[in-house]
Amino acid sequence: MQDERNQSGAAPDSPVVVKDLSLGYGREPILQHVNIEVAPGEIVVIAGGSGCGKSTLLKGMIGLLTPLEGRVWLDGVEISQADEKTLNTVRRRIGVAFQGGALYGSMTLAENVDLVLADAVRLDKKTRNTLVRLKLALVDLEGYEEYLPSEISGGMQKRAGLARAMALDPTILFFDEPSAGLDPITSAELDELILKLNKAMGTSMVVVTHELNSIYTIAHRVVMLDKSEKGVIAVGSPTDLRDKSNDPRVTNFFHRKPRN
Amino acid sequence: MSHKHAKQNYEIKLVGPAGSAQTLSLSGRLDIYATDDLLDQFAKILGASSLQTLTVELSGVAYLDSGGVLALNYLETQAVKNGVELKMQGLSQQAQQMRQIVQPDQLKPPPPPPPRHPGGYIAVVGQAAMNLVADIKEVVSFVGELFLALGKAIRRPRSLRWGDVELYMEQVGVDGLPIVGLISFLLGLIMAFMSAIQLKSFGANVYVADLVALAMVRELGPIMTAVLVAGRSGSSFAAEIGTMIVREEVEALEVEGFHPITFLAVPRIVAAVLMVPLLILFSDVTAIIGGLIIGVTYLDLTVYGYVQQTMGALGVSDILLGAFKGTLFALLIAGIGCQRGFTTMGGAEAVGRVTTSAVVAGIFLIVVADSIFAVVQYYFL
Repeated sequence: MQDERNQSGAAPDSPVVVKDLSLGYGREPILQHVNIEVAPGEIVVIAGGSGCGKSTLLKGMIGLLTPLEGRVWLDGVEISQADEKTLNTVRRRIGVAFQGGALYGSMTLAENVDLVLADAVRLDKKTRNTLVRLKLALVDLEGYEEYLPSEISGGMQKRAGLARAMALDPTILFFDEPSAGLDPITSAELDELILKLNKAMGTSMVVVTHELNSIYTIAHRVVMLDKSEKGVIAVGSPTDLRDKSNDPRVTNFFHRKPRN
Repeated sequence: MSHKHAKQNYEIKLVGPAGSAQTLSLSGRLDIYATDDLLDQFAKILGASSLQTLTVELSGVAYLDSGGVLALNYLETQAVKNGVELKMQGLSQQAQQMRQIVQPDQLKPPPPPPPRHPGGYIAVVGQAAMNLVADIKEVVSFVGELFLALGKAIRRPRSLRWGDVELYMEQVGVDGLPIVGLISFLLGLIMAFMSAIQLKSFGANVYVADLVALAMVRELGPIMTAVLVAGRSGSSFAAEIGTMIVREEVEALEVEGFHPITFLAVPRIVAAVLMVPLLILFSDVTAIIGGLIIGVTYLDLTVYGYVQQTMGALGVSDILLGAFKGTLFALLIAGIGCQRGFTTMGGAEAVGRVTTSAVVAGIFLIVVADSIFAVVQYYFL
C-alpha cells in the first residue's frame, strides 16, 4: 500500500521515509539504494562497523547532504526536493543530537537551548526560561544553566546537546552516537531517557550507534549497514538479527567476533 | 489567535453558563506552539470572579508536550491561588506519563551563575593586569624557545622540516603575489599621480620618478608588504596552530617527542623570513611600474628617461635596507602569529580571538620596529 502511494508521488504518512537513497561525497557513492521507513513512535537503530556510512546516512536523512539519487520524506514532506523555506519548517519539527553535543561555544547552556525556542515560539522570557530549565533538568543538567560548554565535561556537553535538540519537542529525534564516549552509567541513563521520551511523547527516533548494549536496550528495529555492500544488509529486531541471521557479517557484529 | 509558525491544532471550549461551576473542554494538540495562547486563555477563565469549580475535560487531547504540560501546571497553580476548585479528567495515559517526566513544579530555584569575576571590578582590573604580565612572560619565553629552536635548526639544517618550509614559502610568497602586486601597483600609481599635480606646476616632472622610487623602496614597500603578510599569513599561522591546539594535535606532537615550536613555528618563520624580502622587492618593482605609467601618460616622460631617473635615485643600500627591514618584519609577523596560536585556550571563539590578536599585534610590531628604524637611520647611518 505504502509502496504504491510512493510510486504515485503522494507523500507517505510515516515520520521518516527513505526511498532508494544513494549518498556520497563527490561522485563516488558510499551508500546505494537504501530504503528505510520509520513508523510513528518507533526507535530505529542504524548500526554497522566503522566507515560503513552510518553518519553519512544520518546526514542524508536530515537534509545536510544532497542525495546522489533517491528521495527522503520527513513528517510527510519531501526534503530531497524541498526549497530552503520548506526545509527549514520541517527542520523545526525534528531534533538532532550531534555526536559531541555541537553546542555553541560562546553561549551558556540555557542560551543554547533558548536560541531556537525564542525564534520559533511566541512566549515570554519567563515561560521560555522555565521550558529551558525543564529541558536541562530532563537530561540531568539542572543547575548548569549558566555554564559555558567549555566549563562542563564531554558527557555533559552531549546531554546538553540532547536538551537543545528537544527544545521544540520534536516529533522525530535523530541521535549520532549518543553513548560514544560516555561512562556506562551515564550511557545507561541516556538509554533510559530515550525510552522514556519515546513512550511519553511518541517521538520517533533514529539512532546511529554501534554500542551493542544500547542497541539491545532501545532498538525496536535495527538497520544494519555494511561497507563492502554499500548499503543495508539486514533489518530486524536486535535479538532476531543476533540469533536468526545467516549472514556472518551480521552475526559477527552482534556476537562481537573479529572478522577472521 | 493562531501563531505565525503553525496553524491552530487544538480547541478550547468553555461549556456551561457563566457562574460558579463550569466545564473547560480541551482537545487536539496541546504543544509548545499553543502554549502562549493557552496561558492567556487560562488566565482569562480563572479571572472570572464568580467561578468556583472548574472541571477540565482532557479526553480529546491527542498530544501533549512540555509546553502543554507547562500550561496545565499553570492552570493548576493559578486555580489554587484564585481559590477555584479544579478537577482534571480524561487525560490519556501517554499524556500522564509526559506530566511525570516533565515536572515544572519540581524545578529548583535557579542557582546563581558560576563565579567568573569574584571580587568585582577591582579584581577584574587586577586580573587584567596579571593577564598582561603573564602574556608578556609568555612572549618572552616563546622568544627564548624560538631562538633555541632556530639555533638548532641552523646548526643542523637537516633537522628542519624542509617540506613544510617549502609549503609555507608557497603560501606566504607565491600565493601572496597577486594582492601584493595589485596594492603596490595602485600605490605607485596614486603616489605618482598626486605628486605629479604639484610637481608639474614647478616643471619638476621628472622628479616624480625619484619620489615614487625612494618612498616605495625605503618605506612604503616594506610596510605595505608586511601589513599584507600580517593579514594573510600571520593570521593563518595563528588560526592553524590554534585549531591544532583545540583538537589536541599539539599535545599529540609533544607526547610523540616532538618539540611543538620546532615542529610548527620554525618552518613557518623560516619560510616567512625567506619570502618577505622577495615580496618587498616585487612590491617595489610593481609600484615603480605604476609610477612609470603615470609618468609616461600624464607627464610626457619617456620610458627610458623614467627608468634612468629611478636608477639614479636609488642606491644599493636602499634596496638592502628594504630587504633587511623585510627580514625583521617577517620574523616579527610570523613569530607573533605562531606565539598567539600557541596561547589558544578553549574552542572556536578562542581561535578567532588569537587570530585577531595575531594581526593586531603583528601590525603594531611592524609600525614600532619601523619607527625605531627611522630613528636609528637618522642618527647613526
